[in-house]
Amino acid sequence: MKRISVALTLSIVLLLVLIMLNLTLGSINIPMDQIKAIFLGHEDANTIFKNIILKTRLPQTLVAMGAGMALGVAGLLMQTLFRNPLAGPSVLGISSGSSLGVAFVMLFTGNLLGFTFTSLGNWGDFAVIISSLAGAAAVLMLILFISHKIGGTLSVLIVGVMIGYLSSSLVSLLKFYSPEEDVHNYVIWGLGSFSRLAPARAVMFLIITVVPSLLATLLSKSLNLLALGDRYATNLGLRIRRARFLIISCAGFLTAIVTSFCGPIIFVGVAVPHIAKLISRTSNHFYLILNAIVLGAVTGLLCNLLARLPGVEQELPINSVTAFIGAPVVIWIIWKRKKENRLE
Amino acid sequence: MRKELLRIQDLSIGYGKGKRQSVVNKRLNGCINSEELVCLLGENGAGKSTLIRTICGFQPALGGEINMQNKNVLKLSEKELALMASVVLTDRIVVPNATVEEMVSLGRSPHTGTMGILSREDKKKVEAAIVQCRIDHKKKEYLTNMSDGEKQKVFIAKALAQDTPLIILDEPTAFLDLPARVETIQLLRTIASESGKSILMSTHDLDLALQLADRLWLMGKEKPLIQGSPEDLLLQNEFQHIFQRKGIEFDNETCSFKVDNAFAVTLPVQANGFEFRLLQRAFARKGVNVVPVDKKHDDYLNVVDNQGKPFELIKEGNIVVKEESVEKLVDATMAFLN
Repeated sequence: MKRISVALTLSIVLLLVLIMLNLTLGSINIPMDQIKAIFLGHEDANTIFKNIILKTRLPQTLVAMGAGMALGVAGLLMQTLFRNPLAGPSVLGISSGSSLGVAFVMLFTGNLLGFTFTSLGNWGDFAVIISSLAGAAAVLMLILFISHKIGGTLSVLIVGVMIGYLSSSLVSLLKFYSPEEDVHNYVIWGLGSFSRLAPARAVMFLIITVVPSLLATLLSKSLNLLALGDRYATNLGLRIRRARFLIISCAGFLTAIVTSFCGPIIFVGVAVPHIAKLISRTSNHFYLILNAIVLGAVTGLLCNLLARLPGVEQELPINSVTAFIGAPVVIWIIWKRKKENRLE
Repeated sequence: MRKELLRIQDLSIGYGKGKRQSVVNKRLNGCINSEELVCLLGENGAGKSTLIRTICGFQPALGGEINMQNKNVLKLSEKELALMASVVLTDRIVVPNATVEEMVSLGRSPHTGTMGILSREDKKKVEAAIVQCRIDHKKKEYLTNMSDGEKQKVFIAKALAQDTPLIILDEPTAFLDLPARVETIQLLRTIASESGKSILMSTHDLDLALQLADRLWLMGKEKPLIQGSPEDLLLQNEFQHIFQRKGIEFDNETCSFKVDNAFAVTLPVQANGFEFRLLQRAFARKGVNVVPVDKKHDDYLNVVDNQGKPFELIKEGNIVVKEESVEKLVDATMAFLN
């Protein structure tokens, strides 16, 4: 119990430090007293700094936190449901559904109606979010239907992976027939970004990721039992189908939201649950979910910071950074598992 | 007279529905009384695991009834069933970072609320279960660091913490070494005798079951379930019927299986009880039937009270072989016999 509290406290301290760093560091470094002045609403705050902070860095920070925690929680839920340490939010095929939805709007519609998508401007952004949500929702419905009708965890996993293949094949077909400019835009979308949202939308995004992430703690008893396998869980009074339905809905919703607003962010959802398990060393999902929330936010902020390292003129695509942090974690998991097997 | 806890009536077990149904065993009848340790024995394929899974509610019955405390188990919800019977399965589960205490606490799940928070009474029951299974010194240990025998005790403690009138175990001794087997079954024996719970376990450990079970359920392929105390079943010679195979014989006297060797040669032996039995076993493997010396033989084996080389082979009145170990004696004798 002690270790859990220490782990949680340390993560929260780390989170606060990273929030500060995300606000101060960048192509222009903004001193702390200026940030204080801006947030306290002092008259003497530098207007340029104020604009940078409130219009760019603060929304980015909020989005990075929200996306990180949502993916961390969704990944944890999937790893426990599928009892597979390499599962992540993407195994349900929801991000593939999003990608397909976006590809359809970006590549197909423009093509059909005879204009490039980029010329749409602000309306284009909105169309991307809506199409992405529609694609994700369609896949989520399909997965929930399958889990309800067929049952069994493996069938859900297989269908999720197959949807991924199907959508990438459709996307490549769409790409083949689309003008270069649209394809380029689609590729950029696929690399992910935390800086697509205006301040008001960023706050809204944070709220709709934080609330379901916190609500996921209500599933902690079901998750603790599911970790024992379906039979033990049934014997301990769990209604497996209902629990599975709720877990998939929660993880699916979180993944769908993040993918729609930030693009398909890779690796965060696989890596964060493992970091949470490593530092809190418990099997109780109540603490694991809380830890995944904080550490997810930490990871999101860290990736965001690295993406605009001081000295680099242009912002790096977020997925190149997440892979850089996530891939070593995944390799380390396999390494550790192999060592554990040898001990047995 | 003990109270009846569970009764199965005309139970048919198996898989599938309608025309695709495959029946594993049918028309099974049996009962478990309160505070009884019941062992389920039978050859592979007789449906031991299927019966256990059916009683636990993991798979539907194809027909018949299971009654427990005046309720039909087959119609109960997961929640109600969770308060009637707890299980220990053969599933090898790995929960990362789970400690003994956390695992045993999960046994209280049917009694806790939505968030699974333990009340003071829940904590007491968890502690008591851990103490009863003698793993209190490992309470904070991670499950992944424990041996198979200790892990089995953790799962038994989890079932105890669930606090149900019946505990069902599917081959709890299957992966364990001999001392851990004996310890596990002894623990179950104590639980049945002292905590007022009934236990149903399937096992292949015939000798341990015969010594410690109050009642046995014997299952054979396409045969009715036979139940009774071990001694009554021995008297009725039921083991012979259930485990009947060519070349294997159940010896009611020693309560164990004997390989029915085909003997080509007979060899008289002059020896005391213990040495005689040892030689009998050693020669049986070579197809030689060892019999006691009853009349005057010319060729026989003799065991003398000699510290150095007690084993002698006598041929036509002369000692032809004198050996210190049974192994050497058997080799030398076989050379003579061939």
